[in-house]
Amino acid sequence: MASDIQTNLSGAEAPKSDTQLGDVILRTKGLTKHYGGVHALVDCNFEIRKGEHVAIMGDNGAGKSTFVRQITAVEQRTAGKVWFDGQYVEFDGPLEAREAGIETVFQTLALADHLDVPDNLFLGREKTRFDWLGPFRVLDYKGMREATRQGLEKTGVKIPNLSNTIQYMSGGQRQCVAIARTATFHSKLTIMVEPTAALGVQETEQVENIIRTLKEQGEPLILISHNMRQVMDLCDRIVVWRRGRVVANLRKEETDGQDVVAYITGAKTQPEYADAA
Amino acid sequence: MAEASHGIGGLTFDTSKRSLPPEAGVAIALVLIVVIFELLGRLLMNDSFLFNTRENVDGLFNVARLQIIILQVSIIGIIALGVTQVIITGGIDLSSGSIVAATAMIAMSFAQVGEINGLENTRAVFFEQGLVDLPVILPIAVGIGCGLVAGLINGLLVAYTGIPPFIATLGMMVSARGVAKWWTAGQPVSFPTESYAAIGAGMMPVFIFAFLAILFHLILRHTVYGKHTYAIGSSEAAARMSGIKVARHKVLVYTIAGLLAGVAALVLSSKNLTAQAGMGMMYELDAIAMAVIGGISLQGGRGSILGTVLGAMIFGVIISGFTFLRLDAYYQEMVKGAIIVGAVVLDQWRQRRAAIGK
Repeated sequence: MASDIQTNLSGAEAPKSDTQLGDVILRTKGLTKHYGGVHALVDCNFEIRKGEHVAIMGDNGAGKSTFVRQITAVEQRTAGKVWFDGQYVEFDGPLEAREAGIETVFQTLALADHLDVPDNLFLGREKTRFDWLGPFRVLDYKGMREATRQGLEKTGVKIPNLSNTIQYMSGGQRQCVAIARTATFHSKLTIMVEPTAALGVQETEQVENIIRTLKEQGEPLILISHNMRQVMDLCDRIVVWRRGRVVANLRKEETDGQDVVAYITGAKTQPEYADAA
Repeated sequence: MAEASHGIGGLTFDTSKRSLPPEAGVAIALVLIVVIFELLGRLLMNDSFLFNTRENVDGLFNVARLQIIILQVSIIGIIALGVTQVIITGGIDLSSGSIVAATAMIAMSFAQVGEINGLENTRAVFFEQGLVDLPVILPIAVGIGCGLVAGLINGLLVAYTGIPPFIATLGMMVSARGVAKWWTAGQPVSFPTESYAAIGAGMMPVFIFAFLAILFHLILRHTVYGKHTYAIGSSEAAARMSGIKVARHKVLVYTIAGLLAGVAALVLSSKNLTAQAGMGMMYELDAIAMAVIGGISLQGGRGSILGTVLGAMIFGVIISGFTFLRLDAYYQEMVKGAIIVGAVVLDQWRQRRAAIGK
């Protein structure tokens, strides 16, 4: 296992993970992000294994979203190392991260209102023909529709009409479109940021069912949520962030809601993270 | 997927209640305006606006009038094709009129004849350098190049300095007009070669406009470039998070707009057989107006080339109609202004209606 982590995606020499990666799909070591003087993320070590569903919890400003933006390369990290799928990675931008297999459902959903469902699913990586035409390469609408339908089926998402623009869809439908993206592209790791924050009871249930489907299919997931019941229901492990640092790493069986809240608010810190508090 | 299947939360979708495309509304408006002029013509002038009433000419329609309607908007229409794309990304381009002037001046000076009526054309800009009677490809290349550079500067300013497109292109509008005046110290450039004069002769402007309109209609509908143009206008953040290189794409869009202004400059100076520093004045606003009348949303993300072409037709019909009714040009401008505002009001009303699901 150790030998295949010495090169990065482009084949260049890259830092080797000091622990065996094995079935670890994503590992960060010392991940740090400063916005000028603000230390939004400090020395973060994190691991998620294949098939595992991990929740990230923490108060507002704890660094959860910053963490996501670093591993998805929406922003470039200040310091630290990231291994993904057995290889050391330094993604140039979000498209590269997505192509490598990290699929993110952002809180703002990252959907374009005036485009329809397949257009949104394939935004930024359209199926095309005549690729020698560069930016003027021709869209394969039929292929994208077909793949969209398969992706929707796989997640059990029902969208009444694919060719409608999404601007008048309900929050739940939009969320489903965003989630269906992950299924369409056979991602290796799915990240969801507050997927049910703005949804009604029924819609929340539907989204949670989709997440359960992903679990059954062995797809790893990082779930950022404030909803304790949801986290306890859907995840194997809970990692708690506070003021930019990881303060606890809890197995679901070994903890409960009150315990997690204590870590979130700062009443408790796990001994191995004591220097963080 | 036409079946009204159950969506999330048991929502259903009624396919019979799909709203008409926005272009349909513009087309209806166009027909209505033509009908109004036809009726007014029959009532006031005892003549037909649209149909042939002369006995010595064959044909059902007044072909000459139809030609003029299209011809007089085709040059600004070419500009409007580029402006449409800029507006779809959520931007604006105020510089096209000035780019037309600067480009026409520079391109025309490479298209001058060496002799007029057997006398040497010593007033040709590059006479002393011997750059007269050049093959037509050279002024065409120069013209397209000028438009491209101006558009590229617009694009770089908008994409990489973070200043609003309004300001960036306002700067270009002033500067390009300066370039147009500086090039010959304010002197007009005339006497193009025959091959250059052929570019905009007769109905050529219409053919060029039609060709470019079809080309860019296909590009916006069927290419990645088009899809990303809409995506950026719809939600720039979403486009960025989806991995679209937004800045680079904007540079491309503004460059194409500049290039089309360059093409318009070639056609216009060829048609007029002269280039002047003051030409193309207010073209940028007419082009924006055509787009807006055609249903292009200034908020970005919505609209089409077809809409802009229809908007241009409405423009042409109004100008011809007022001439037909022998009304002064003042009224023309007043009504044009009202139609621009009216088009946007109608469009927003339509949008709101769609939003509440009527």
